[in-house]
Amino acid sequence: MVLKSKKYPLLFLLPALVFIGIFLILPLCKTIYYSLTAWYNFAPTKKFIGLQNYMNLLHDDVLKIAMRNTGILIIFALIFQVGIATLLAICVDSVHHGFKFFRTVYFFPVVISATAIGLMFSLIYKYNYGLLNNILITMGYEKKVWLTAKSAIYCVAVPTVWQHVGFYFIVVLTGIANIPEDIYESARLDGITPVKRVLYITLPMLKPILISNVVLVVSQSFRVFDMVYVVTGGGPRHESELLSSYMYSKAFSDYNTGYASAIAIVMIVMGITLTGVLRFLMNKMQGDD
Amino acid sequence: MGYTYIKKSDRIKAIVRTGVLYAVLIFWALLTIIPLLWVFINSFKESNDILLSSLSLPKAWTFQNYIKMSTYPDMNLIRAFKNSMIICGGVVLGVLVCAGFAAFALGRFDNKFNKYINALLSGCMLVPAFSTLIPNFVLISASPLRGTQWAVILPLIASNMSFSTLLLTGYVRSLPRDLDEAAIVDGASVMQVFIHIVVPLSKPMMATVGTMTFIWTYNELLLSLVYLPTRNLQPVSVILSLVSNMYGTDYGAMMAAICLTILPVLLLYMVAQNQVVKGLTAGSVKG
Repeated sequence: MVLKSKKYPLLFLLPALVFIGIFLILPLCKTIYYSLTAWYNFAPTKKFIGLQNYMNLLHDDVLKIAMRNTGILIIFALIFQVGIATLLAICVDSVHHGFKFFRTVYFFPVVISATAIGLMFSLIYKYNYGLLNNILITMGYEKKVWLTAKSAIYCVAVPTVWQHVGFYFIVVLTGIANIPEDIYESARLDGITPVKRVLYITLPMLKPILISNVVLVVSQSFRVFDMVYVVTGGGPRHESELLSSYMYSKAFSDYNTGYASAIAIVMIVMGITLTGVLRFLMNKMQGDD
Repeated sequence: MGYTYIKKSDRIKAIVRTGVLYAVLIFWALLTIIPLLWVFINSFKESNDILLSSLSLPKAWTFQNYIKMSTYPDMNLIRAFKNSMIICGGVVLGVLVCAGFAAFALGRFDNKFNKYINALLSGCMLVPAFSTLIPNFVLISASPLRGTQWAVILPLIASNMSFSTLLLTGYVRSLPRDLDEAAIVDGASVMQVFIHIVVPLSKPMMATVGTMTFIWTYNELLLSLVYLPTRNLQPVSVILSLVSNMYGTDYGAMMAAICLTILPVLLLYMVAQNQVVKGLTAGSVKG
């Protein structure tokens, strides 16, 4: 018997819906409206200016940098985060010992905050006493300046990858565990070598998992904020700005609230469009097989 | 999976291959451990000692950096810990209660509006915190929440609600229904069914959702940064993000601050590793 009632379910849903309504849906609508206004300093008055903020965004050089950086972050994450995780998962699956140890170690950074990791890496990059320069000296090389305008975005990307590899490692490993044993079994009877086994069975069978990881990486990359805020603060001179950090600095240092709202809307539209298009393309690809 | 090698060259190949596999695995393990270990060891050194050589072990192990944490007037990490716990506790409790109710409604009752609610919740997961930041800031500034920890607790409950509800709903729906039936026949009310049957049976998923919400809330920076302007209310994450500006050249203190911040999640991870891993990967739906 299924419980049937109209009154009770609504009553039980009410608290959750109230929270979502007040702090998520209503504000989202307001942000859309704010993005169409000239509004500064959280002043009580704002002027409706239509799409002017969005027009200005088209000529905003920092926005272009932020877009480029988000792109770099996505590509970096796809190659290294998913790549390293897949490599490690296949390695762990192929050896007989130490599974628990490796899993414990790899997953640990996932648990730590991006703030702590960011601060840790900014200490690692330091010129005078940083870990990297200390290692260089020990090996007999000259010290280097690691955090420059050119390298800033990579200095953000490296800790981001470092943090998330463990997460994708677990996801891929779960995927490997779900591959039916009998496929391996019959391949073994055919005398397949271990390398071929990975190339012709494991990787093709992992395709759906790897595809959903791509979508995950893209949507996560649009939300990176803590790391860039702590490591570079978007600087030097906006060189490592992401959409998120640029929106934050427009809203809470420049107090150009209307413009910041427009950036927020661009962020959400781009994020949803990109992941949507990827999902569509990948469903098609899978359908072709 | 056992392979039988007949030729000797095959056996050597297998040994080399295993060696390479372990080398790759150990390499990444070292890459993960070394930075953390470096910070940990340096947190027991005087700042001058760090400048001389940050690779060596401390000449004299000192707890000075940790003791200092509670004396930095503006950067009191102990107070920040208390704030973090208040915020995390509030958010976890709020999420479990509200999402638990909602999951009961969606998973145990059959209604035609269920699928719309499901779609709404899935849609909400696509909304990043940035697109609600400014309006919520305006709302909070004008309300009595301003200047209290509620200013972050309530928005964080909302932002953790969608995926928590979806995860719990899936679990609640999978529970056997004969118990409800028996209870109702025996004259139990709907509320009693929820409290005495559904909640006890959903404990495993509640634990997963709770763990995940706790860690995310503890690590969260953006909302606390914006909605909690006064130092005496700010959680650990905000204080930590300010550390490099405030401590100046006190490198030892920075290292100690990082270690202290990591400590609670490290403990949780050690005590309930499976729960934590399950929680954080289950939450991948949040994107």
